[in-house]
Amino acid sequence: MIKSSTPTVQITLRLNGDQRSVSVAQHHTLLEVLRDDLDLTGTKECCLVGECGACTVRLNGQIVDSCLVLALEADGGEVSTVEGLGTGSRLTPLQAAFIEHGAVQCGFCIPGQLVAADDLLRRVPRPSREEIEEGLAGNLCRCGCYVQIFEAVEAAASALARAEGDIERLAESPSARELPPHVVDQ
Amino acid sequence: MTIGASVGRVGGNARVTGEQRYVADVHLPNELHVKLVTLPVAHARVRGIDASRATAVPGVRLVFSAADLPQPVPRFGPQFIDRPIIATDEVKYHGEPVAAVAAESNDAAAEAARLVAVDYEELPAVFTVEGALAGDAPLVQDPALRPNDRLANTNVLRRHDISWGDVDSATADLVVEHTYRFPMVTHFAIEPHAFMASPEGDGISVWTSIQHPYWLQRVLARVLGLSLANVRIHAPDPGGAFGGKQHAKYEPLLCFMALAAGRPVRLVLSLEETFLAVRRTATEITVRTGVSRDGRFAFQDIDANYLIGAYADIADRVVGKGSYIGNGPYIWPAARINARSILSHTVPSTAFRGFGNPQINWAVESNITEAAIELGIDQVDLRLRNLARRGDPFIPFDTPADGEWSESVRRAAELIAWSSPKPAGRGRGIALGIKSGPTTGLSNSLVRLLADGSVVVYAGTQDIGQGSRTIFSQIAAAELGASMDAVTVVSGDTAIVPYDQQTSASRSTVLMGNAVVRACHDIKAKLRERLGDGYDESRPATELVGDALGRLGGEIIGVGDARKDADPDHPLGGLALFFEFNATAVELSVDEATGDITIHRHVAVSDVGKSINRLQVQMQDEGAAIMGLGHTLMEHYIFDAEGRIRNVGAIDYRIPTSMDLPLEMISDTVENVDGPGPYGAKGMSEGALIPVASAVAAAVRDATGVAIRDLPLSPERVWRALQNRGRS
Repeated sequence: MIKSSTPTVQITLRLNGDQRSVSVAQHHTLLEVLRDDLDLTGTKECCLVGECGACTVRLNGQIVDSCLVLALEADGGEVSTVEGLGTGSRLTPLQAAFIEHGAVQCGFCIPGQLVAADDLLRRVPRPSREEIEEGLAGNLCRCGCYVQIFEAVEAAASALARAEGDIERLAESPSARELPPHVVDQ
Repeated sequence: MTIGASVGRVGGNARVTGEQRYVADVHLPNELHVKLVTLPVAHARVRGIDASRATAVPGVRLVFSAADLPQPVPRFGPQFIDRPIIATDEVKYHGEPVAAVAAESNDAAAEAARLVAVDYEELPAVFTVEGALAGDAPLVQDPALRPNDRLANTNVLRRHDISWGDVDSATADLVVEHTYRFPMVTHFAIEPHAFMASPEGDGISVWTSIQHPYWLQRVLARVLGLSLANVRIHAPDPGGAFGGKQHAKYEPLLCFMALAAGRPVRLVLSLEETFLAVRRTATEITVRTGVSRDGRFAFQDIDANYLIGAYADIADRVVGKGSYIGNGPYIWPAARINARSILSHTVPSTAFRGFGNPQINWAVESNITEAAIELGIDQVDLRLRNLARRGDPFIPFDTPADGEWSESVRRAAELIAWSSPKPAGRGRGIALGIKSGPTTGLSNSLVRLLADGSVVVYAGTQDIGQGSRTIFSQIAAAELGASMDAVTVVSGDTAIVPYDQQTSASRSTVLMGNAVVRACHDIKAKLRERLGDGYDESRPATELVGDALGRLGGEIIGVGDARKDADPDHPLGGLALFFEFNATAVELSVDEATGDITIHRHVAVSDVGKSINRLQVQMQDEGAAIMGLGHTLMEHYIFDAEGRIRNVGAIDYRIPTSMDLPLEMISDTVENVDGPGPYGAKGMSEGALIPVASAVAAAVRDATGVAIRDLPLSPERVWRALQNRGRS
C-alpha cells in the first residue's frame, strides 16, 4: 500500500520548562519530533535501536532513548533535553566538569552522556565509580573518553554537594529568604 | 605560556550545550530527503530497475540510478579511479547502492525506496582471502579498469614487496612461524555519515562530515567537470571519524542528484548503513621469525594478505604503508615483507586509526612474544636488546629512529610492575607499536592579527575530535602573546580557508602546527617592518599591533605553510616525517569458566616529543587504547555463506562501553622535544591503538598458557582455546 498522507496529531509537551504544542505524525518518535519538528538538534541520532544512548532525554522524570518512544507517548508529559541544561556562559557544574576533565572530544555523544549523568546525580547525589559506570553503561563514546567522563561526574557531584552545603548553611542564616532563586537552584 | 598546559577545549561549550552543529543538524531551504536502495546480496547482476511504484508515492521527486548518469558512469577513488557514482550493471558488495530516491520528506523517501523493484541475478561472491585467491574465483573488478596491469586478471590489486639483507640464506637457532588473523571491524563513529549537496549558480555546494574537504573538492570538480572554485565544501566538525571519513563516499551521487532535481538534497546514513560503507581491512599474516639463542634477531619473513573491498578507496595505501613498517622498531639484519591487497565482494575497506599497522603488529609482536617464551628470555629484555636506538636506520632506506624508544619501553614496564611478582591468576603482556608518519604533506595557514589584539587563525585541518582547534589556538596564543579567549580558529569551508592536504596520519599538530607558527612569524616580520626601530621583540605582537597599524587601523595578515614533498623513488613515495612509537602493557585475569577477560591495568606510553596540550594527549592515547580493546576483545563482522554481513548495527556488533574498561588505565608520555613539529612535538593519536591486541594476547598466554592467533579474543574464543589446552 502506498501511503497518501501521514495522519498527524496535536500533542503538548512541557519541554525544558516551556509549554509547547506541536503537530506530529503518529508514527514519529520523540527523537524525530525534537530534531525535525521542534529544531532541538542537541539530541543526537545514531543507532535508532536504543543501544547507543546518543538520543537520551528525560521524560516524566526518567531518562529514555527518545528513538524508542513515540512522540504520542510523550503527549502531556515533561521532556528535558541537553538544551535544558545550562547554556552559553551559564553552564551547570556537570557541563563545566565535562570540559574541564577532558570528557569531550568529538562531542557527538555528549548530549546523551550529560542527560544520563544528570539523571544519575539526581538519583544518586554521591555516586561511587561503579554506580557511574553502571549509570552511563547505555551511552557509547567511540572517542573513548569514559574515564574522563567518570571523573567529570565525580567532580560535578562534589561541586553540587559543596553548593548544597553552602545553601544549607545559608538557610540557617537569617538572610536566607533574600537569596536570588538561581543560587538556590544549584 | 599555553604550550604544554591542559587548557580548555576550544569548542567545548558548544559541545556540552547541544549548540554544536554537525551536518545532520543543518537544513537547507527547499531540501529533498534521500534514501538509498540496496540489495540483500554480496554480488549480483542488475537486470533492470522498475521505479514506477516508487515514483507514485506522493512527494517523491526523483528515483535515480546509473541510467540517469553520464555514460559511461563516472568513477572516482583516491588511489584508483574504480568506484562508480552508483552501482552500474553489477552490485559488488552487500550494501552497495543500486538506486536512490529523493522526496519531500524522509517518510516518503523511505517508503519509495522500499518500492523500487530491482530485478537481479545473484552471483557467486568472494569474501575471504582463500576465496578471492582461488583459481576459479570470480574477478571482483573488470580488468579493463586496470589496463597494462599484469595483475588485472586476478583479484590481487597490488603487491607490496620490501626486503633487505638475505632472508633466504639467513640462519637462526630458533625459527618461529605462525599465521595470525584480524577480522573486519568498522569505525562506528557515533555520528553516522551525513551529506548534502545544493546547486549554487554555476557550481555546487556540499555539506559533509569529512576529514579531507580539499581532496573531496578535487574529486567532485573532476566528476562534475567544474572548476575547483565552483565546488564549495562546507565541512562542519565531524562527530568522530577515525579514518572512516577521509574520502568521498556518496557526495558524488548527491551532487548529480541535486543537479538533476535542481534542488538541495540531503542524505543522513543510519548506523547500519555506515557498517555497509566503511570498515577496516582484514588480514591473514604469516610470520617467520629467526632469533639466535642469545636473543639477537636474525631475520624475519612476513607474508601478508590484506582483504580489501570491492573498490580500493585508500585501502591499497593502507596495505602498502601498514606492511612497510611491519617488522617493527627493531634491527633486523635481514627482512622481507611480501604483502598483497586483495579485492573481494565486501564493503570497501578504508583508512582506520593505525592505517594497516594494528593488523601486522598483531602478527609480528605476537610472534616475538612466542619467540621469547620459546627461548626463555624475558619479553621486555628481548625487545630492548633488538630495539633501534636514536639514529639507527632500522629500515635501511628510510628516516632513522627519531626517538629514544627504549625510554617508553622501560616506562611501560615500570608502570605495569613487570619485574615484580604477579598476583595469583594474573598474566602480563607487553607489545610495542610503531607507525610511519606522513610521507608527504602540504598545509597552509593564514593568521589575522586584528587591531584590538584579537586573532583569527585559518587552518583547514578538520577538528574530528582530536582537538586541533585547541592546539592551533594555543600555538597562535603563544606566538603572538594573545590569551586563548582572543583566538578564533576557522576551518571547514573550502571557499574561505586555505588549502590543507588532509586530516590524517596524526599529521596536523606537526604540519598545520608549523604552518600556523610560520604565519605568526610572518605577522611579527610585518610588525618589525612597520615599526622599524620602534619594534620591541620582548613585547607581544598583540601589544604592538595598535602602533603598527596607526590611525588607519585594519589588521596584519600573516601566511605560512608546511610542505613535505614527494620522493618518487621511495617505496612509499616519501620518507617518514616522524614515527609514532608506543609501548603498551597490560595485566589481566581470565575467567576459566566463561573465557571472559578482565584487564586489571592497562598502560600506554607514547613518545610524543612534546605535548602541546597534556590533557588532550592523554585523551587521545586512552581513547586509542579503548578503541584497540574493541577489536581485541569483541568487534568483528560476521558473514553468512553468501557474503552478507549478519551483525549490522549496534545490537549485534558491540563496541566498548563504560562497563568494558580496564579497571585501571594509565597513559604516560616520553617527551624529549625531538619532533619536527612546533616546540619539538611529534604526531600522536594512533600509536596507543596499534599494539593493544598483541599485548592483551600475550597476557592471556601468560595467564593461561594458551596462545590465540585469531581476533577478537571473545569469551567464546578464549573459552574454546582453554578447553583445547594441552590437546595439540
